[in-house]
Order: sequence, then structure tokens, then C-alpha cells
Amino acid sequence: MDYPLIWSFLIATAVMLYVLLDGSDLGIGILTAFAKSDEERNLMTATIEPVWDGNETWLILGGGGLFAAFPLAYAILMPAFYIPVLLMLAALIFRGVAFEFRHKAVRKTTRHFWNGAFSYGSLFAAFAQGLILGGFIQGVSVDGRSFAGGTFDWLTPFTLLVAVSVAGGYVLLGSSWLVLKTEGSLQKWSRAWARRSSLFVALAMAAISLATLSIDPRVTERWGVTMQAIDFGKFLPLAPIPLLAGLLLVALWRDLSILGDKAPDWRPMVLSAALFLTGYLGLGISLFPYLVPFELTIWETAARDNALQLMLVGASIMLPVILAYTIYVYSLFWGKVDPEESYHD
Amino acid sequence: MEFDALILSRLQFAFVVAFHIMFPAFTIGLAAFLAVAEGLWLFTKKEVFKRLYLHWVKIFALAFGIGVVSGVVMSYQFGTNWAVFSDKAGSVIGPLLGYEVLTAFFLEATFLGVMLFGWKRVGPTLHFVATCAVAIGTSISAFWILSANSWMQTPVGFDIDPETGNFFATDWWAVIFNPSFPSRYVHMMLAAFITTAAVVLAAGAYQVIRGRVTEPTRWQIRMASGTLLLLMPLQIWAGHWSGEVAHHYQPAKVAAMEGWWETSDVQGTILFAIPDAENERNIAEIMIPGTSPYLFNTDEPLQGLNAFPEDERPPVFPVFWSFRIMVGAGMIMLFMGGWGVALWAMKRIEKPGLFHWLAVPSGVLGFVAVITGWIVAEVGRQPYTVYGFLRTEDSISPVEPAAVATSLIVFMVVYAIIFTAGVIYMARIATRGFDDDPTDPPVREHRAPGSALASVTDKAEEA
Repeated sequence: MDYPLIWSFLIATAVMLYVLLDGSDLGIGILTAFAKSDEERNLMTATIEPVWDGNETWLILGGGGLFAAFPLAYAILMPAFYIPVLLMLAALIFRGVAFEFRHKAVRKTTRHFWNGAFSYGSLFAAFAQGLILGGFIQGVSVDGRSFAGGTFDWLTPFTLLVAVSVAGGYVLLGSSWLVLKTEGSLQKWSRAWARRSSLFVALAMAAISLATLSIDPRVTERWGVTMQAIDFGKFLPLAPIPLLAGLLLVALWRDLSILGDKAPDWRPMVLSAALFLTGYLGLGISLFPYLVPFELTIWETAARDNALQLMLVGASIMLPVILAYTIYVYSLFWGKVDPEESYHD
Repeated sequence: MEFDALILSRLQFAFVVAFHIMFPAFTIGLAAFLAVAEGLWLFTKKEVFKRLYLHWVKIFALAFGIGVVSGVVMSYQFGTNWAVFSDKAGSVIGPLLGYEVLTAFFLEATFLGVMLFGWKRVGPTLHFVATCAVAIGTSISAFWILSANSWMQTPVGFDIDPETGNFFATDWWAVIFNPSFPSRYVHMMLAAFITTAAVVLAAGAYQVIRGRVTEPTRWQIRMASGTLLLLMPLQIWAGHWSGEVAHHYQPAKVAAMEGWWETSDVQGTILFAIPDAENERNIAEIMIPGTSPYLFNTDEPLQGLNAFPEDERPPVFPVFWSFRIMVGAGMIMLFMGGWGVALWAMKRIEKPGLFHWLAVPSGVLGFVAVITGWIVAEVGRQPYTVYGFLRTEDSISPVEPAAVATSLIVFMVVYAIIFTAGVIYMARIATRGFDDDPTDPPVREHRAPGSALASVTDKAEEA
């Protein structure tokens, strides 16, 4: 069996789940900066409080899984993204403790501080994840078995574009989640944010797709698309992905601005998630089989087969169990957040 | 000392681990305490246990949150600062950490949501199941992390790839259950229970001093004192077991712990000394001679530090003194446990006295013992990351010192902020007594109903 291949799919899935689940949480965190009142802010966080811990665990699986399954990739990528990883961790620390701390603060100033820690922590975490993603797509310099570049190699206009786009994308996910979980004026407000961010995401996806095509000849080669010509033999089999993304965007826009509250509440969330999936798939197609783009492949960076094998046994038993109880807990907290419950006493 | 990337990375790792370890140590114990309290409530139907649960679950939520966010840092540290170690040891250590995430982290994190927010959505039995899931999750997590760390202390069941120089497992069973793992796992779990018991005792004693004695306060002191008196002797035994294993596999560590320089058939127990590594001797030594035959079950001579080349010795001073502080902290906790149980027997728990005044500051002793014990284990195995095979100086990432200095400062500032706030918020809950005590009106805080606190307080008020 091709264990590295299997593990690359498993880790890609873990990261994808992280992006969809905690991405929504971070998006809501960013949105709390614009909340009109403390009541609304509390209502917004109440929609994710029971599940955020579990959602963030997918990030640990992403990091831990990369270490376990592809130690060489982990050993090269982490030093390469030293500063963005630090930024992400510091931001996640602040927004993580703020979930509890903002309810415990007695003085107004400290409450403001933790509210700020929550929204800015979410924003910087999203931004830093975008920097890492952008730096990953543009590739890192490698010498032998270690990172050979400088501390700020990741900092380019491209990574900044990706960083802003990821933050905007998370806002789309977060506001779609709020459309699903809230009612009345807050829902209307969320729908407006989803509408704005969906436009932004449409532009961002187009810009990043074009920029990615010019990053490395191997990406251009795979898609068969250059600025001068399109090789239809290569592009046509892959064309359904950008096409689907376009259709999803149209459907999302129709739900959010034309149908408004006549569209089912769950649909923007599903459409946004599907949109993220198409982007993710496109990215995977561009970069496969590189795990340290464009230097080392998944096979060159993989751990020993017996390590991958041992973990596969655990993963094939535990992942279905984890998914089952995660779905159970989500269903336990299904339905709208009760506004009665969110007023201060 | 020159501040290069190596020393900065070591300082950073020591700092983030020392910070992190306090919260898992506390939450492992507290999760077990909560499971016991909720179980007792379901079984005996006595309201007092439910009140204990509802009170401590709030503190648990705070401590768990800090544990999670500081834990995420750990899963990225190996790569950012110890890239060569990650590359070389990844095929052995990686799966153990992978199993920790798969079998423990998701279980804890997911069921914490039910534990905190699920009171109104699940029945009492299912809620108890969620609490147990969290408690079991914390113990499983400790299992894997201790296994991984112990393998680095006593590596077995592996081979080295001649081409890349990377470790790979030849016998997973031997890797997971490596020689130092069983004793160190038992030692760590007991440490967690003891740490929590000391904190619970301190909170109860404080309430007595402030005259806020209620039924849960009494039970808090009884349960905590009983736990200390019961577990501390076990812990001394587990610590001794761990020391015997270390003596067998890491004699240099034991020599540093004991402050032995010369190899001898019979060694003494040093009560006080200032180890002088430069001149290979102890200053101002106070020693009980001839104790080793009673402590170490061996016929071979006991090696002193001089038996090892200088670049194979751990730093003596921190290991020697951390060991003594750890043991001292343990002895005081044993004493407090015995005293508390004696007061319980004499029905004098609720009369404020010297015991209560001493029990309050003793609340930190568990953390002191955990951190100093960790220094003994980790500084004691220097200069290696994988004992005998991979040196610390060869494990490091190719990062610039300025980048590491930046991250070290960032972590120190961030942790100082969240530690201060977290301790204040936890202490506020722990010291204020019990919400639903008629003589002590609840201190209401700003919070959203529907949040953890609200759902539990609502429940408390219904009861």
C-alpha cells in the first residue's frame, strides 16, 4: 500500500476540516469586532462556545499529523514559517482564553480588553494562517534536509493577498454560520456580512488562482493555462472545478441578496463550505505531489512505512469514532441560539 | 554566556513546557475529582456533591482553556525550534503524538462542550458519561505524552537508518512501553491528583478562614486531605521506582540528583550542598553517610559524576536542588494531608487555625513539585534529547537567533498576561465560597446566560 499517499489525503482532510470548522469560529471572532452590542456579541459567541475546543483540535491534528507522517516536511516548513506560526499561536492563545475570560472580567476596561483579544486574536490567527498558506504555495528554499532560506522569505505581495483572502473567507464562513444559528436582526446583519464577504471571496479566489498559475511552471503545466494560450487537452478535464466554484458563487449570491430570508437558513453555510472545497481542491491539484513546494514530494518527506502503518490502524479506528461523536455534539446543540438565554442577568 | 539560537530555543522550550505542564497537571486531577463528585452525587443523591461539581467545573473550564491554547504551541514547537530532532526522531515519536491527538485530544475537547453546556440538553447519566469521557481523555493524553518523553529518556526498540541517520522503530511495543515509561506515567498521574488535591484543600481552608463554611467546604477539605494522605505514600514509592529505573539507565542523572562526584560502593544522602561543577566537589555539604544500601537495590558501585566525561554530565546545580525542592514539597503535602485527616477525625475541620493558614500557601506546592520534578527529569538527561543518541546541540532548527529571541519574548509576555488573568479569575471563584449558600450571597459576574457558567448556575438555582 502507498502509505504516504494515504496519509497525504488524511492530513489534507484534517486541515480542510479545520478550515471549515474553526475557520467559521475565527470568522465569527472577527465579526464580533463589529457587533452592535454586548448582547449580540454574546449571542454570536454562544453559537460556537460548545464546539470551538473540538474544532481547534483539528489544527493540532494538522500540526501533529504532519510531524508524525511527514517529519521532514514538518522540519523544513516550520522553521520557514517561524514568524507567521508565532503570530498564529499568539493570536490563537488570546482568542482561546478570551472565550472564557471575557465572561469573567468584572471591570469594564478588562472586559473591553478580552473582547478585543477575541476579535483581534481571531483576525490575526486567520491572517497568519493565510501567510502560512501563501508562503507554502510560493515554495521554500531547501538545502539537503533543512530549510535554507531567510526569516522573512515568506513575506511577499502574494502571501499578503492570500492572508487577506483567508481572513475574508473565514468571515464568509462565520457569517453563514450565524445565518444558520441566529434569528431576527442579528440574522439579517449576518446575511449582509455574508453578502459583502462573498463578493470579496469571489474576487480573491480569481486573483489567487491567476497568481498561482504564474508561481511555478509546473502549476501552469498541470492546468494547461498560460497568459497566452490554453491547452484544452489539459484544462478541460479540470475545468469543472473552476466552473463549479463559479456556480456556487452565483447560487450563494442569489441566496444572500435576491432570496434573502426566503432562502433556507442552512444553504449559505453549505454553499460557502462547498466553495471552500473547490478552492482547496484546485490548490491540491496545483501542488500535488509536493509537500514542500516545489522541492520535496510526499514520498520524499514521509516517515517510515511502519510508522505510517501503525498510525493508519489508529486513524482508521479513531477517525470514524471522532467524526461520530463530533456530529453527535453538533446535533446536541442544533437549532437557533435562544435569545432569551443571551441577556445579562 | 552567548545567547545563540541553541540556548534561546532551550530557554523557550523550557518556558513554554513549564507553563503548559501546570494546566494539564491540574486538569487531569480536577477532571478526576469532578467525575468522582458527579458520580457520588448520582449515587448518593446528596446535593453537596453536585454543589462541589458545579463550583469546580467553572475553574476547570478556565484551566482547560489555558491548557488547550498552550498545548497548541507545543505541537508546533518541535518543528519551529527543533527541526533536526523532528526529522531524525519523527518516525518513532510522531506516531505516539499522533495517537495522543486521535485517542485523547478530540475526546476531551469535544465532550468538554457537553460537560459545560449540555446540562439542559442531556440527562444526568449522559452528562456523567461526558465528564468521565473528559477525565479518561486527560489520562490517555498523559499516557502518550509520557510514553514519547520516556522513549527520549530510555530509547529502545529502534534502529538508525545508515543513509539519513534517522531513527526508526523495530519494535513498537518496546518503544511505547519503554523501560522508564511505567514508573514515570504512574509518577506523573499521582502528581496530577496530588497537585489538584493541594489546590482544593487550599481553597477549602481559605473559605474556613473567611468564615464561609458550608457543607461543600467541609467535604472539600475532607476529600483533599484524604487524597493527600492516601496518595503521597504511593507517590514516594513511585518516585523511588522511577529513581531506580533512572539509576539503571541514566546513572549520570542520578549522580546529579544525589550530588555524588566520586564513584563508591556505598554513598550517602546529601541533605544540603552547593554543587561546584567547576572543581567537581560540593561546598558546605551536609550528608547522612552510608544510606545507599537501604535505598538502591544493587551490588555494583554507585557512579559519581566523575565517572562520566565532562561533556556527558548534566548541569548539576539545577538537578540537585530541584530534586530536593520536589521531595520537600511532597513531604509538606503528606504532612498537611495527615493533619487534615486528623482534624476531620476530631471534627475540627471548620475551626480556623494554624492548619488552615498553612494549607492556603501549600496550594501551590503541587505545581512546585511538578515543575521541579520536570527539571530533574529533563535537565538531568542533558546533554541529550534522545538519551545517548542525539545531542541537544545537534537537534536544533536552522533559525536566526533574533527570530528565537523574538518568539521567546512574545511567549513570555503573552503567557504573563493570560497567567495573571487566569489565576485571578480562578482564585476569585475558588475563594468566594459556594454560590447557593444562604449565608453568603452569590457574587454575580457579567456573563451570558447560556454560557458555561449560566447553565451551571441556573441548574444550581433550580436545585
